[in-house]
Amino acid sequence: MATYWRKTWPFHMLLLPALLLCIVFQYIPLFGAVIAFQDYQPWLGIKGSPWVGMDHFRYLFTYPDGKQVIWNTLIIAAFKVAMNLLIPIIFALLLNEVRKMYFKRVVQTLVYLPHFLSWVILGGIMLDILSTEGGIVNRVLESFGLDSIFFLGNGHWFRFTVVLSDVWKEFGFSAIIFLATLVGINPALYEAAEIDGATRFQQVKSVSIPLIMPIVIVVATLSLGRILDAGFDQILNLYNPLVYSHGDIIDTFVYREGLNNGQFSFGTAVGLFKSFIGFILIVISYRLAYKLANYRIF
Amino acid sequence: MYYRSRGYTAFTIMNTIFLCLLAIMCILPLIHVLAVSFSSRAAATANIVNFWPIGFTTDAYVKTLGNGKFLRSMWVGVERTVLGTLLSMLVVTMASYSLSKTSQKFPGRQFYIWIFVFTMLFSGGLIPSYILISKLHLIDTIWALVLPMAVSVWNMILMLNFFRTIPPELEEAAHIDGAGHLRVLWSVYLPVSMPSIATLSLFSMVSHWNSWFDGVIYMSNPDGYPLATYLHSMIVSDNMSRIGVTSESIANFSNRTVKTAQIFIGALPILLVYPFLQKYFVKGIVLGSVKS
Repeated sequence: MATYWRKTWPFHMLLLPALLLCIVFQYIPLFGAVIAFQDYQPWLGIKGSPWVGMDHFRYLFTYPDGKQVIWNTLIIAAFKVAMNLLIPIIFALLLNEVRKMYFKRVVQTLVYLPHFLSWVILGGIMLDILSTEGGIVNRVLESFGLDSIFFLGNGHWFRFTVVLSDVWKEFGFSAIIFLATLVGINPALYEAAEIDGATRFQQVKSVSIPLIMPIVIVVATLSLGRILDAGFDQILNLYNPLVYSHGDIIDTFVYREGLNNGQFSFGTAVGLFKSFIGFILIVISYRLAYKLANYRIF
Repeated sequence: MYYRSRGYTAFTIMNTIFLCLLAIMCILPLIHVLAVSFSSRAAATANIVNFWPIGFTTDAYVKTLGNGKFLRSMWVGVERTVLGTLLSMLVVTMASYSLSKTSQKFPGRQFYIWIFVFTMLFSGGLIPSYILISKLHLIDTIWALVLPMAVSVWNMILMLNFFRTIPPELEEAAHIDGAGHLRVLWSVYLPVSMPSIATLSLFSMVSHWNSWFDGVIYMSNPDGYPLATYLHSMIVSDNMSRIGVTSESIANFSNRTVKTAQIFIGALPILLVYPFLQKYFVKGIVLGSVKS
């Protein structure tokens, strides 16, 4: 033991600041989550607040809006996961056909950009362009003789807008991994197909797509772990009371009920429920990714 | 060759047009907002501005930069970004050095890795974090925005993977010359990993500049809002007024040029570092996802 410390103490010392910060700001809140099983009152503290067991969890499912919130989360997240897989693959396949490197690079530069802007910026822009009082999108619709659409004030359109804008923000960035795989395909495979008389379309169908399939499976299974993340940042910047019925998700619900309305314990319970399901899903999805595509992160 | 066939030429033309449109779609909203911010107030209110300013004026920017609240938020945003990035890079670099050693050299490495990785998978959630920050009396201080984000496990993984590509001979030679680990980190590792440190610093700066929600919950006084949070509060009040929840609709609407100017100023730092970012992130992503 003494020799162990003598040999490794500098390593421990260098890790100390990160470890302390991690324990204080990540692990203490983890233990603080026990208030989900209490009726927490700020002036009583965690030690003094009464224990109520699973009451808050039961309440979530009997709460009038509880099921609706879970349903909203699932449907928005499911559409996002599906579209954020499909569109980047199509985009990567199309961009891979471009032979002029200069053009390819310009397209990439432009489509990656929205990923780096926050939902605050994009939310502000969307509010402006989607406005019913002369926003540019509705002006275009009207010029085609269509009715203007209340994108952020109508529940169904709200979900549509949330999914579409998320795809718009992320499709370029999500395509990077597929593009990298496509570029790495051995050209000899295409040449062989060419000699056998395959058209370019047949080459894509029989060479490109099968070869990116493993990475597609990995990305698809890993995104399963995000099925409860419908996009807190985005929705909190876009939603309003008119669309709570269709656009309120678990995270925004926790924020409003838990923090704004002061129901600390109930909010924590809902958050913990989500965190727990998410954890199980991530573990399952990593196992699946390993089984299906032999992929490991650690 | 397939690309000489007539069908493929037709496809190439269609494909090029489609990709052009797609790429333009990604920046068109930004250009529109920029055009509105440089337009005269009358043109903006009349909704006739498209992608080029009408009645060019910089009034909105003069007004925005003369707004004390806006300037204060901008300063808080800069402050948290600089302080947060420095702290985070310091902590992450030190930890990554230890974690980049093999398990033979540093038994116990795996244990630390799991401690850090676990926090990526499971967190206590919003409310316990809020209670902690208020118990530590960090509410309304800049530390509430800086400390919780300091240990970025993702950056740590990228950094330690980079450190592992440094040939061990360099370190051994330094040890033979009598250098300790701190000396090796400072004089051997840091100089050769400047490019990746610069990249990770950029990532860290972007995430600090963009994060707004911690400002909403940890700052009870709007004077302490970083710029992103300030913009968020502006958007929320705008959203509410548009649906008629509050009655400041008309007053807000005439400010459209100022609002767009504020949004653009908020996006500007990201747009400025974007060319540098783009150079590195593709590499980082491919490395992070393909390597162990």
